[in-house]
Amino acid sequence: MGGETPTELVPSLETTAREIRQEVIRMTYAAGGGHPGGSLSVADLLTALLFHEMKLDPARPDWPERDRLVLSKGHAAPALYAALALRGFLPREELVTLRKLGSRLQGHVDRNTLSCIEASTGGLGQGIGIAVGMALDARLAHRSNRVYAVLGDGECQSGLTWEALMAGGHYRLANLVAILDRNGLETDGPTEAIMGIEPIADKFRAFRYHTLEIDGHDFGQILDALAEARRTTDRPTAIVARTVKGKGVSFMEGQPSFHGRPPTKVEAEKALAELGGSLAGVAR
Amino acid sequence: MTEVRQVESLRDAYGTALVELGERHSDLVVLDSDLSGSTRTMQFGGRFPDRFFNVGVMEPTMMTIAAGLALGGRTVFASTFAVFAAGQAYNSVRQSICYNHANVKIVATHGGLLVGGDGGTHQMVEDIGLMRGLPGMTVIVPADAPTTRAATFAVAEREGPAYVRLTRESLPTLPDGVFRIGSARELRGGNDLTIVAVGALVARGLEVAEELARVGVSARVLDFASVKPFDEPALLRAARDTGAILVLEEHSVLTGVGALVASTTSENYPVPVRRVGVPDVFGESGEPWALLDRYGMSTEHIREEAWELLKARGKVQ
Repeated sequence: MGGETPTELVPSLETTAREIRQEVIRMTYAAGGGHPGGSLSVADLLTALLFHEMKLDPARPDWPERDRLVLSKGHAAPALYAALALRGFLPREELVTLRKLGSRLQGHVDRNTLSCIEASTGGLGQGIGIAVGMALDARLAHRSNRVYAVLGDGECQSGLTWEALMAGGHYRLANLVAILDRNGLETDGPTEAIMGIEPIADKFRAFRYHTLEIDGHDFGQILDALAEARRTTDRPTAIVARTVKGKGVSFMEGQPSFHGRPPTKVEAEKALAELGGSLAGVAR
Repeated sequence: MTEVRQVESLRDAYGTALVELGERHSDLVVLDSDLSGSTRTMQFGGRFPDRFFNVGVMEPTMMTIAAGLALGGRTVFASTFAVFAAGQAYNSVRQSICYNHANVKIVATHGGLLVGGDGGTHQMVEDIGLMRGLPGMTVIVPADAPTTRAATFAVAEREGPAYVRLTRESLPTLPDGVFRIGSARELRGGNDLTIVAVGALVARGLEVAEELARVGVSARVLDFASVKPFDEPALLRAARDTGAILVLEEHSVLTGVGALVASTTSENYPVPVRRVGVPDVFGESGEPWALLDRYGMSTEHIREEAWELLKARGKVQ
């Protein structure tokens, strides 16, 4: 790690991320649906954002000066809901209602039912544009808040993503950070086999982003990159976070099949055993 | 009673109203995608450069950026041609704006066949159907410049997403009246037939109604500029009072106002309804008003359709 992140932070962030991963397994098992693979890959990034980097106050979800997070890869909803619950924005017991009729926890993140969600997303390529709009809004209003957009790598095949990134670069939105969860897999297989997005960091640079490449599971590197983004005042920052889809569960890691498939009961129990959790009390 | 009506640009009315709104509301922001001269947002851009974003040719992302700006509490206007606003950008309008209840007002110019020479690729005749199908969307199709001005102010005042469809061509200014969202405007009273019309065809509907009056047929004319929400009581009153409805729109008859009128009356008070509009085809290049004639929206054809309805009701031989 770059040395500027207090090392004592890391163990507690790792513990939090592990709890988020446990919840992701419980939630997707209970729902009988959802996207565990991309939720597990993004868990460390979300933990670093919500539990360290971002200015937030669970008691005031509408605080104007709060930092904004737009989960452009809206299918990683389980991870964000779990992180928000652990951060105090919603009751943890509610997590297992994911995708159930009447639940506030919609299959893709939804601000209509949950006020701590900044923007409903799901159709890929749109969240980054919303984040650009939010960053422009903050600049116009002379607010100091920052805007974080978390992208999936599949959506980097969408022209919309690049339109929005182009706008962020053009307007020199230094308050905008685009974080790419580069787990390498999309629904049908590896991104590079389906429609290659590499060299992705060069693309961000060409779109006028201060671009950093990190290990998206190394909290030292994540926090350092976020700190560097904060110090970058003349343009937006892009963080290419190399991650592992299904991270934390041995038999889910690197498996495209877990992009959009929930674990079976046996798989969920096994996964939770690896993560130090339990499926007790969770029914599908 | 042939009266010469003044012809005015709807786009100019929009551009001027937008500047006035900008003066009143310091948080109001306007976006365009490289058509600001044509859509007239350029006037706002010149007056308030800090609050104007010409994002270039990225209509779907103009809508997502607009949503992001609006979620911070701003009123946002976004303009481009109808084919790009409702067509190219449809899913961004659906998810980022409507699903998020973002306070974005899409004012789309160049709706319908009156685009003229640019041809079928640019003549958007499906937008009313696409936009009125979106939950929470307000849809307004002004028929003249004063209504455009009033509608611009009205959608700015009303919280939530809106789609306002303007024509490229200037249109005759209608008799004085007040535009209100949700209200049909009765331009002419009558009890033998009702003509429900939007946009460029309102003036043609009035013309036909005036002709009919000369032979003793009284046709009610409703300007249905507020397509969503629409004035259901006025529509059903017209069905009851006149027993037949002729719908005029420069839009596909499959999904537009005709479809709305036919389904609403058949559920509540069935009467014969005939739809004049664009059949299930794309347009082509041509002189704007000649295109309306060519695709079945000539004054003559409107008159024929009116007679068919009157005959069906036994009101003429």
